[in-house]
Amino acid sequence: MKPLRLARLVLLLGVVLLLAACHRQDALPWRLTNVSGHMPDLAFQLTDDHGKPVTAEDYRGKVVLLYFGYTHCPDVCPLTLAHLHAVLQRVGAKADDARILFVSVDPARDTPAIMHAYVNAFDKRAIGLVGPPRAIEALSKRYRSAFTREPAQGNGQYEVSHSSAIYLFDRQGQARLLATPATSQDDLVHDLYLLLETGS
Amino acid sequence: MKTMGSLSLLLACLLCAAIAHASEADHVHASAAWIRVLPGSLPAGGYVTLRNDGDQPATLQGASSPAYTSVMLHQSSTDTGMGRMRMVGQLVVPAHGQVALAPGGYHFMLMGAGKPVQPGQSVQVTLHFADGSTLATDFQAKPANAL
Repeated sequence: MKPLRLARLVLLLGVVLLLAACHRQDALPWRLTNVSGHMPDLAFQLTDDHGKPVTAEDYRGKVVLLYFGYTHCPDVCPLTLAHLHAVLQRVGAKADDARILFVSVDPARDTPAIMHAYVNAFDKRAIGLVGPPRAIEALSKRYRSAFTREPAQGNGQYEVSHSSAIYLFDRQGQARLLATPATSQDDLVHDLYLLLETGS
Repeated sequence: MKTMGSLSLLLACLLCAAIAHASEADHVHASAAWIRVLPGSLPAGGYVTLRNDGDQPATLQGASSPAYTSVMLHQSSTDTGMGRMRMVGQLVVPAHGQVALAPGGYHFMLMGAGKPVQPGQSVQVTLHFADGSTLATDFQAKPANAL
């Protein structure tokens, strides 16, 4: 009688632990780098590509893909944004609840108008954000990102080196996942779908 | 007999001369040439695959285009988590080998379009090699979000 009781108790405990594990969001089968709890919530005060002041609160309820770049970047930035567009297309109608926030690290050249034309050439769900250097630096530092304006070339043109990471936030604005330009489209589609499914 | 010998010698010499004068550009074949067009007057990225069927390496030193005031050879990298771009002086296409100028790596940066280039257009870009030879190539203009 006694050993049977113990066995039942152990079994019950096992089931409880299993259920608890299933209910923990960390247990979701993410393919990207899980940064839940390791990075601060989305917070900023910037200007969108319509020239309207916006804060992170304006995007609560949406899954956000945050990426730093600049419009005079002819190769890596367009490649990354083209990839994100392809990922949103593959996710389908559900991706209408996602927003790509493209934050300019080139405040000297990127105006809301230029940003508007730029982001819309990639995806209608992309928003260009600009702001004073101090606000951009603060947001960049918040996510341990960095950018450096390189010395100008003879023709006055200059490049801006910048972190190439893509940060994914859930509908509550919590930092959840980290991707890089090398991340496969399949993995991004998989995790973005999962992120859109949870907490909708 | 003597005439025949002289004739073959002459032919041989002509052949040698032809081989000696075959330029780098003569051995390079360009394919999959395209330009990612960005809005307004923003610089565009140009991409092409170069195949060299010659016994000698061919050295690409730059390019020019009637449609842009400046074309520069660049290389992007994202290996340290930082997206960077650097100017490249030259790019060697190995003998019997190929090199791809492709998104995220080597590319042309095309600046100062005289007239806005529209997706669907064909833009001529002339590739310049170290021996002074050139290769005129038609690049297909594609939309910003082309992959």
